Amino acid sequence: MGEHGNGDPRESGAVINAGDGESGQYAIDDPGLPPHRPRLADEDENTAKRSERQVAVLFLVSIIGTVIFFIGYFVVGHTADLHEVRLQNTLLGVGVAFAMLGIGLGVVHWAKTLMPDHELVEARKPLRTEDQRQEAEQIVGDVLEESGIKRRPLIRNTLIGAAVLAPLPAVVLFRDLDLSEDFGPERMRHTIWDEGVRLVRDPTGTPVRAADLTVGSAMHIVPETLLDITDHGEKLAEKAKSVVLLIRMDPEEIETVSEGREDWTYEGIIAASKVCTHVGCPVALYERHTHHLLCPCHQSTFDAANEFEVIFGPAGRPLPQLPIAVDDEGFLVARSDFTEPVGPSYWERGNA
Amino acid sequence: MSTQASDSTAAGPAAFQPETRTGRIADYVDQRVGGTNMVREFGRKIFPDHWTFMFGEVALYSFVILIISGIFLTFWFDPSMATVEYEGKYAPMNGMEMSAAYASSLDLSFDVRGGLFMRQIHHWAALVFVMAMSVHMLRVFFTGAFRKPRELNWVVGCALLLLGLGAGFTGYSLPDEVLSGNGLRIIDGILKALPVVGTYMSFFLFGGEFPGEAVIPRLYVLHILIIPGIILALVVVHLFMVVLHKHTQYPGPGRTERNVVGYPVGPVYAAKAGGFFFIVFGILALIAGTFQINALWNYGPYDPSPVQAGAQPDWYIGPFEGVLRMMPGWIGDIPLEFVIPTPWGGNTVATPVLVPLIPVGILFAGMFVWPWIEAWISGDKRDHHILDRPRNAPARTAFGTATVTFYCILWGMGANDLIATHFDLSLNDITYWSRVLIFVGPVFAFIVTKRICLALQRKDRETVLHGHEAGVIEMKPHGEFTERHRRPDDYELYTLVAFESPEPSGPVPNAKGRITRLEKLRAGLNRWFYEDRVAPVSRQEYLEALEHDHHDGHDDGGLEAREQQQIGSGHH
Repeated sequence: MGEHGNGDPRESGAVINAGDGESGQYAIDDPGLPPHRPRLADEDENTAKRSERQVAVLFLVSIIGTVIFFIGYFVVGHTADLHEVRLQNTLLGVGVAFAMLGIGLGVVHWAKTLMPDHELVEARKPLRTEDQRQEAEQIVGDVLEESGIKRRPLIRNTLIGAAVLAPLPAVVLFRDLDLSEDFGPERMRHTIWDEGVRLVRDPTGTPVRAADLTVGSAMHIVPETLLDITDHGEKLAEKAKSVVLLIRMDPEEIETVSEGREDWTYEGIIAASKVCTHVGCPVALYERHTHHLLCPCHQSTFDAANEFEVIFGPAGRPLPQLPIAVDDEGFLVARSDFTEPVGPSYWERGNA
Repeated sequence: MSTQASDSTAAGPAAFQPETRTGRIADYVDQRVGGTNMVREFGRKIFPDHWTFMFGEVALYSFVILIISGIFLTFWFDPSMATVEYEGKYAPMNGMEMSAAYASSLDLSFDVRGGLFMRQIHHWAALVFVMAMSVHMLRVFFTGAFRKPRELNWVVGCALLLLGLGAGFTGYSLPDEVLSGNGLRIIDGILKALPVVGTYMSFFLFGGEFPGEAVIPRLYVLHILIIPGIILALVVVHLFMVVLHKHTQYPGPGRTERNVVGYPVGPVYAAKAGGFFFIVFGILALIAGTFQINALWNYGPYDPSPVQAGAQPDWYIGPFEGVLRMMPGWIGDIPLEFVIPTPWGGNTVATPVLVPLIPVGILFAGMFVWPWIEAWISGDKRDHHILDRPRNAPARTAFGTATVTFYCILWGMGANDLIATHFDLSLNDITYWSRVLIFVGPVFAFIVTKRICLALQRKDRETVLHGHEAGVIEMKPHGEFTERHRRPDDYELYTLVAFESPEPSGPVPNAKGRITRLEKLRAGLNRWFYEDRVAPVSRQEYLEALEHDHHDGHDDGGLEAREQQQIGSGHH
């Protein structure tokens, strides 16, 4: 076993290593590293030459790859045609792939066939020895002693107090991450729906008559007042709360109408918030035969015939229903705002 | 020599006189930064080589590619939610109102040559980055490489994985199309479910009510500065600790707890590792050039109303999505969500969102503290530089597989809609079954894996005691058929017998001679960990087996084995 020793025989004294293959510990003693087997290229100059050529060919492949890239970039050039965009992307990708793989495979092939493949042994050194540790402990002790922090508790305690308080401004500074004037959870209770606000189609903005909806159909609806908001961000925020799904069923099919909701529908037309009560995705899928609404994000399923009660999935509450009526001109309008906050549940929501 | 030690080299060997130009430059640098010591330390440093040590490298290299492609993207991407009218090359969206972020993402895809390629390689590299980190972590777990003295580096690795998820999610949200917007919508919903602070966290993140006009610039800073900065710093710490501890190595002949066997950095290891970077880059470029990812021109600008069925998050978000889908909101007619009655109108506890956070939280917290849990159970406080073959740590391997099973069920649930449509199954049934599987699956995986490990250990014993089946059937003069066995050589034998197989240790009394309740728990877990064991072949058993060969008249086999041993010993 001569040249393959067992490494560093020194013991740090402080660290216990796991079993070390001492003689007798296992069924046979460590036979040491297996003998080195020379590769063909180590002994045969022709094989080595062939490896050398292979490496060179791989590097040439890399050069060709770079050329392919330039062809893709300059020959295809600027284009708006989707097929040419795809072609360009493919040429760039394949070009870079050849360029990189040529170099990578070439270098690895070089290392594996032509560079020495002798495994070498290196000793692990202990991270620290016991006398070094003692020396370090001494230094830390001296430093603490010289600073006098232990002898002067007044300094220590006031320093701790200051250090605890000093970072607080850094936290407080983030308060203005939300600069809005109506800051607070109260704003989540209201949407821009109100008495008499017309239901209009999304995105065309045209109002809806009862006759526009056949039995079994559904429609994406926003409040007409949404169109008056010019600020894009504000518009999105209001839309995120006020989107509605309008469904027409056979009035016979509506199974549950709870007290106080008797006049919330109009001839089988029923409206509900489209924002899922789970985590807020749009409840976008409507199945007309079962009158079920499905949220594609987490598959909460609501039953439109039973006031949108949850029949499957993780949602904890029914979808809020929007009370609707018809105005003098025959267009569908809201009777009021939603009577409870729409969207995902939140801590301050309470009993709505 | 008149002034004492004016030239520090005067006392030692004659001062170096560089002869070549390179030599002069090297000497110039060396005299100013002490390159000599760096070359001495790293030039021939030994790294053990094994294909499973490659995953960490893949992670590192894909991170480098992420930085390179990411820097390119920042030159064109405009992280603003200000409304613009699209006027780029993609005709179907001409004149459409959208955020500057989405418009510049479209420009990057259609107007900037190579921009689409860079976007795609960035996205693919992100998927590979998290994948490589996860597989690397599994390798470290199943081989026990996290044990002392490497526990802290395991924690750094866990933090890197979490940061990788954070980097991925913040990046996913930047283009501001329907898909990423709905991803943010889900984050908003989860934040709002958190008791007391949740609503405000959502307000502060979005700068008001969702979606507002602030979130993309904020995510952008997180995505291109803060998260990659921390990742970079932790990668440095991670690699520094690898150098400090030196790499672990698999058990085998010549490998001990006190040495490292492998290839020197210069030239072989550097060439292989360096070359491998180009290979990873090349493969990612090939994928990015030929497989479309996140074709964001199909989705349209973010709007809170539309959503696509069958939309999938990036793979590593799958388990989080899955756990949300798995949780029932109601059990029968009983809602799980409830309101705590308070004088100010009650506070809502959004149980269906909060409960799923518990298993995910336990999964990640458990990941961080596992090295200490295992050390506490095993009572093993020694340094380990030799890895475990996974079969030789049956309980750990089984526990790991159980955890992976748990993860994979959540992950599969993240794609349950696609499973349902592709395999023509009922979405609801998949969900119902997953609620059972999540409890049963890991237990089943634990039992099966442990049995497989023990069986493999028995196979190893069999090989040591009786040798490999040679595939040659012999007929004895009296008509008995036997298969000839070939004894493994010493090198293989040593790999098969050189491992520890601890027995349950039982409770240990403390200094007062009492066995505390905690110690009883530890002893119980220790028994659960070690009660099923296959001991390595002992020296006596091995010698008896050799004897047995002779008596049994396996002359050929015995002779072969002896010859092999002689060949083996002849070399050292």
